[in-house]
Amino acid sequence: MITFMNNSDSEEEPCNERTSLMSAESPPVPSYQDGLQPSEAGEVQAHRKRRTGSSRSPNNIADGNMSDSGVPVREGTLENEEEELTLKYGAKHVIMLFVPVTLCMIVVVATIKSVRFYTEKNGQLIYTPFSEDTPSVGQRLLNSVLNTIIMISVIVVMTVFLVLLYKYRCYKFIHGWLILSSLMLLFLFTYIYLGEVLKTYNVAMDYPTLFLVIWNFGAVGMICIHWKGPLQLQQAYLIMISALMALVFIKYLPEWSAWVILGAISIYDLMAVLCPKGPLRMLVETAQERNEPIFPALIYSSAMMWTVGMAKPDTAARGPSQQTWDAAEDGREDHRSPSHTDSQMSETRSPVPTRPITSFEELEEEERGVKLGLGDFIFYSVLVGKAAATASGDWNTTLACFVAILIGLCLTLLLLAVFKKALPALPISITFGLVFYFSTDNLVRPFMDTLASHQLYI
Amino acid sequence: MTLAIFFGCTFIAFGPALGLFLFTIARDPLRIIIFIAGAFFWLVSLLLSSLIWFIAIKASDPRDEPLQKGLLIFGVMFSVLLQEAFRFLYYKLLRKAIEGLVALSEDGCSPISIQQMAYVAGVGFGFMSGAFSMINLLADALGPGTVGIHGDSQLYFLTSAFMTMVLIFLHTFWGILFFHGCEHRRWWEITAVIVMHLAVSGSTFCNPLYMGSLVPSYLLMATAATWAYLLSGGSAQNLQRFLLCKSCSVMGTGDPAGSSGYLDQCWGGKRVSQGLE
Repeated sequence: MITFMNNSDSEEEPCNERTSLMSAESPPVPSYQDGLQPSEAGEVQAHRKRRTGSSRSPNNIADGNMSDSGVPVREGTLENEEEELTLKYGAKHVIMLFVPVTLCMIVVVATIKSVRFYTEKNGQLIYTPFSEDTPSVGQRLLNSVLNTIIMISVIVVMTVFLVLLYKYRCYKFIHGWLILSSLMLLFLFTYIYLGEVLKTYNVAMDYPTLFLVIWNFGAVGMICIHWKGPLQLQQAYLIMISALMALVFIKYLPEWSAWVILGAISIYDLMAVLCPKGPLRMLVETAQERNEPIFPALIYSSAMMWTVGMAKPDTAARGPSQQTWDAAEDGREDHRSPSHTDSQMSETRSPVPTRPITSFEELEEEERGVKLGLGDFIFYSVLVGKAAATASGDWNTTLACFVAILIGLCLTLLLLAVFKKALPALPISITFGLVFYFSTDNLVRPFMDTLASHQLYI
Repeated sequence: MTLAIFFGCTFIAFGPALGLFLFTIARDPLRIIIFIAGAFFWLVSLLLSSLIWFIAIKASDPRDEPLQKGLLIFGVMFSVLLQEAFRFLYYKLLRKAIEGLVALSEDGCSPISIQQMAYVAGVGFGFMSGAFSMINLLADALGPGTVGIHGDSQLYFLTSAFMTMVLIFLHTFWGILFFHGCEHRRWWEITAVIVMHLAVSGSTFCNPLYMGSLVPSYLLMATAATWAYLLSGGSAQNLQRFLLCKSCSVMGTGDPAGSSGYLDQCWGGKRVSQGLE
């Protein structure tokens, strides 16, 4: 889901993940000299907490569901100035989302096209028990719909379970769950991935080296994701694990089931965010009542904050740690929790009174971060990866899906600016992606192939 | 085919576009969004024209060769017309967007002018058009095979790359011309763009007689380039000054003649003097 991010009163907020994700108090308009880019899109505070650690392999137990982050309803109490500021941040934030989404997709597509392991059929997950190897089309369709129903039910159950856990304050349980899931992703899946890549390129690696590499990769990843680390390293790790998760999905979801699941998940996302009794919405409201951050999960954040000078000593001191604190203690969250506690926190606080603009403050650049839940990354990458894997070797389909998803993201942000309330981020992108996949694969491909064979250009 | 062919053709086809993107578009988020939206609009136009062609193909006899050829020609022409129609739609959308941007800005000036949008939209169209034409070829160029082993032209990849490059450039210039024509209600400019596009696509029917397709296309590109340059406020003196690296304090001449009222105030001097483009 996406919502606006309002000003946060950073001076009073304790130093934790949400403050790092939220920017500090928005600077007064004159000091924001960044080229003033109002755009059609609204500001993006796209939080999605998705549980990425779903162990999709049969031998794993829990963590099956994708958690979508609901977004708390934005409290429309912005003043005009703040509103304008909000909208000014729009274009830049759109790009701040484009870049990681693009990177994740590139990793997935590159892997799919080169490593054959991820396109081989080697069984299915327990969440999709019905096989698609049936001769008749009707049976296959039925099986894929059944698979989808099972998968979505698992997700709903997990989400509700997590909401209940959160409601009854079983924080340690959730923490442990999330840490276990990220452990599995960072070590096991990385090991498998590395093994397959080495096999593809016929590179020999001995076990001690492998152990060293995997250990370092995993340990640093755990630290970066769950504790502190440089922002860009954390972003890189989050992109990597989203890509790994997406690859697992691409490998283990049968073809038709994957498409139906993608469609169903966007509908679920839509309902969970907009319906009053949706689990995500309830989670958000609970967090709002308790005035605490929604349980931290894996969120990609692009928050940047530099404080130069001594205008605000406390923020200056917190600056570096805030920057690196992204989703710090967040483990993996299993439920679709809205990750907007941060915004809620900021919303419930009063905005910081305008400081006198000093020269130091002009040096200060505080930019609001943009957050996007990893579930979004995963599903976008699944769509593009599936297009790359199954579209008869056609690159046009992959490119079309990629552009469609980016435009969907853009449109979602635009709608956010127009409607000014929490919106789910998946439906538009996935719908565009699906439409473009099927139409490019079936309509455009024959046309372009015919043109290419005659070397005609349009 | 070899890696050399792959890299060579990639850079021939996409090198200039990549340069244009990196140096003029990549720095500004708004331009990147307009670029991608332009690519999207081209994609939608292609989708619709493919749909029409597909329906026509399915409704006709697949063994009738002349009919299939005729349908293909029809498909190409229809696609060209649809692309230009979508360019017009995109112009309309960007016009509305400028109004929104002006409303949101604090000094009544949009951070990007319609001329810049025209350029970026053109690059977006061109890039997507080139990508769809060329990417599959490049992917095949990495694999095994011999070009033209059955008697076809051996220059297939090279000429495709050159054609793609010229098409990307042409789309860029057509974007500028088209938007300028729409902006100033000069229908003959719009018609000229459409005619040029039809001519370029039509000339590709001469392939593999590459003299008949590449040469006219490059000539048309030179024409369109000059025209777009003049329309954007360029002149022979500007060019001379640029080439001789004379320091230019009159960057404001970049402001195209006849821009609308508030744009004059924004883009004639103020914005430029602030160092914005």
